Amino acid sequence: MTDFSIIGKRIAMVDAAGKTTGAGKYTDDLCVPGMLVGRILHSPYPHAQIKSIDTSRAEKLEGVVAVAIGKDAPNTYGILPVGHDEHALALDKVRYVGDNVACVAAVDEATADRALELIEVEYEVLPAYFDPEESMRAETDLIHDNKPHNLEKDYHHVFGDPEKGFADADCVAEARFIAGEVTHAAMEPHSTLASFEIDSQTGKPGRLIVWSSTQVPYYLQHKLSLVLEMPMAQIRVIKPLVGGGFGGKSEVIPLEIIAAIAARKARAPVKITYTREEVFWAHRGRPRTLIDLKTGVRKDGSITAVKARVVQDGGAYCSYGVVTILYSGALLGALYDIPNIQYDGYRVLTNKPACGAMRGHGTVNVRFAFESQLDELAARINLDPAEIRRRNLLQPPCVTVNGLRVQSYGLPECIEKTVERSGWKDRKGKLGKGRGLGIACSHYVSGAANSIIRSDMPHSTVNIKIDRDGGVVVYTGASEIGQGSDTMTAQVAAETLGCSLGRIRIVAADTDLTPIDIGSYSSRVTFMAGNATLRAAAEVKKQIASAAARKMGCGADELVFRDDAVFRKSLAGESPATTQDGRVAQQLASVSGHVDGQILRGSLQQKRKDEGPKDSMSFEEAVVAAIDFHGTLTGTGSYTPPAEARGGRHKGGGVGPSPAYSYSAQVAEVSVDEETGEVTVHKVWAAHDCGRALNPVSVEGQIIGSVWMGMGQALT
Amino acid sequence: MKKQLIELRVNGRRHELALEPSTLLLDALRLDLQLTGSKRGCEDSSCGSCTVQVDGIPMLSCTILAASCEGQEITTIEGVSEHGSLAAIQKAYGDWGGAQCGFCTPGFIMTVKHLLAVNPEPTDEEIRSALSGNLCRCTGYNQMYQAIKAAIVAEQKGVESLSSPVR
Repeated sequence: MTDFSIIGKRIAMVDAAGKTTGAGKYTDDLCVPGMLVGRILHSPYPHAQIKSIDTSRAEKLEGVVAVAIGKDAPNTYGILPVGHDEHALALDKVRYVGDNVACVAAVDEATADRALELIEVEYEVLPAYFDPEESMRAETDLIHDNKPHNLEKDYHHVFGDPEKGFADADCVAEARFIAGEVTHAAMEPHSTLASFEIDSQTGKPGRLIVWSSTQVPYYLQHKLSLVLEMPMAQIRVIKPLVGGGFGGKSEVIPLEIIAAIAARKARAPVKITYTREEVFWAHRGRPRTLIDLKTGVRKDGSITAVKARVVQDGGAYCSYGVVTILYSGALLGALYDIPNIQYDGYRVLTNKPACGAMRGHGTVNVRFAFESQLDELAARINLDPAEIRRRNLLQPPCVTVNGLRVQSYGLPECIEKTVERSGWKDRKGKLGKGRGLGIACSHYVSGAANSIIRSDMPHSTVNIKIDRDGGVVVYTGASEIGQGSDTMTAQVAAETLGCSLGRIRIVAADTDLTPIDIGSYSSRVTFMAGNATLRAAAEVKKQIASAAARKMGCGADELVFRDDAVFRKSLAGESPATTQDGRVAQQLASVSGHVDGQILRGSLQQKRKDEGPKDSMSFEEAVVAAIDFHGTLTGTGSYTPPAEARGGRHKGGGVGPSPAYSYSAQVAEVSVDEETGEVTVHKVWAAHDCGRALNPVSVEGQIIGSVWMGMGQALT
Repeated sequence: MKKQLIELRVNGRRHELALEPSTLLLDALRLDLQLTGSKRGCEDSSCGSCTVQVDGIPMLSCTILAASCEGQEITTIEGVSEHGSLAAIQKAYGDWGGAQCGFCTPGFIMTVKHLLAVNPEPTDEEIRSALSGNLCRCTGYNQMYQAIKAAIVAEQKGVESLSSPVR
């Protein structure tokens, strides 16, 4: 079925009005009775032992309710099970300027800030490491005692026979590429509000409720449970509107745990919102990366081998680092057909804010290096840069040499479109001195095939409830962070059920109300939560169809759901519903209008008795029939990546596999002022193989936004 | 610091607030009046998320004192919708994808409202220039330029009006 009525249409996001009127609430906009303001004391040193902390003067300040320190919650945590190396508040050591030492909960921000100045911390400053290559040589003063040479993790992968590949090459290029560190800089600084409910039975603090600017509410619930030693069922995480993520909110950020610790100690709700400076300290951005890259090609342009040694400057904690360094290698090997690959990846600890996941997690810097080197090789064998890319295409369906299953592959079309639209053939090399066209390609997962916490649990689950009023409530754990998650969910549900968008209500990302979804990261939501929504809606639709078919005296498979009506397929062609802007739907809806459920039911039954079996029913009528028949009308659907998409068996082979990959090609027209070195980007042509664009407004928004963010990295 | 009684006119309504003289307009709006549409993004006049209009002029509420706005008419994003419906520019921002995460959107709209008030038919260059004090990390701005043009057309046509509640 490609004749969609809602999918593929340009529609405003379902939450747009809240955003354009200021009515929508982000975490920092929330307020609960008795709420205190939390402010964090940060380390002024990059590497130091904490000899002592004296909070007594701060505690005595009028308006200060509590001062929390590391001992108040000494358990370690980290986003990855293999990287539990963080304390929400430092226990005995600080590892970067900005590391978290104490938190004051006070009646207002000014009081909290004054109290921070009264906390006395005695440090013993240690030698610090700022350069990853130097850090790797360290024997003493290690950043974490259990990480010799400050090496968080290293991986050494060999696929095929790289040495033979280089021997077969006609031309080999070798160079070092360095990509600087980048931070997400989402417009909304991170914010968390934590509040304990009093348990009615015990009369003591019971459940914890946390509102937070997060991309991963369920991971947050899990980490809060570890640190606070509370069962997950006693913790409710709610994600309000989130003002941008880009990966920077895709793991548990210190303030999220600190707010809960402070609330527990203060016995009052505590809200912490980072300043912009604190956002940079919290960071979790794209690491500075050193890439020693060697690539061999034959005269015809075909790649024979690639060897990459990648060193990532990971900062002071593991964060997503183990995954980042694996992505760098995994997706190096799966854009083009590369028969032989050697990858040596080193994730190194330094005394700087921790790096984590950022848009295009782990892949961007290595891709920059590879695409640059491919251009150099093309020039050396006298081949057009677009042509050399065409000569190394995969032949899907296939499994790459490093075990990634590729089933659909829009790269050739992406190259073709950008080359065509940019006038590449006529203009390349003819724009005068200092101005030119360049091309590069890329790809990324549509959701990691393996969750951070390995299990066979579905990655997304969606529940749908429909009541007699004909309202459709979709409960999804997926996190709207501005990318259009809620809108996509509403579109898929409405399209599947053949009802109007106005009937759909989205309840999202609230661990008490919504079924688990692993979060908004790895470009997974539309694919995985979308499929879960589709399945949940299809299940409900089946129930409605069986009841409607009984009423209409036909088979359920003869029914079409569209434009708020259910009608027989045989009539679809001539149905006014499809030919006359849904006139039938409106007409039928008016039968039910403005009356409450009971009267509605009676009147509809009367009408049915009068008329006998009919050829069509309004959506509401069909829903009422289904509830009468089945008793309730609910459905659930989930998505689990298939076993065959979960990747190779080698160590680290769990990172990189995806049930589907998206592909892209991009041409940029750029000039450089040869006197000053100033670069101007005149135009960018970008083509993405995203499958079907469920909402073109959102898809274009993602592409345009990512081009700008990429330019930010490239030009600074 | 001792609080003083300050009178602020916001979105056409008069408020008497007891504020410390050092209170920023943004904090008075967000904390005292619960008008949380104006956002705190940087606190140093870099991002424009806190933009409001003071006597019709876009101002960064994170860097002006509430007390200095006494006697002036303050308009925040909450004062932009018309009779409970979206103004043309608000509707257009939604339709054209001018807002993604939406955190910067109120600030942009306050800036754009001023631009269109003083220059109803701005050129592309004038639009870009007017918006240069506001940052967005999601959209890449292009969609906002389209939204602004669409809003101008909508206003001119009075289009069954996107904004008017009266038909």
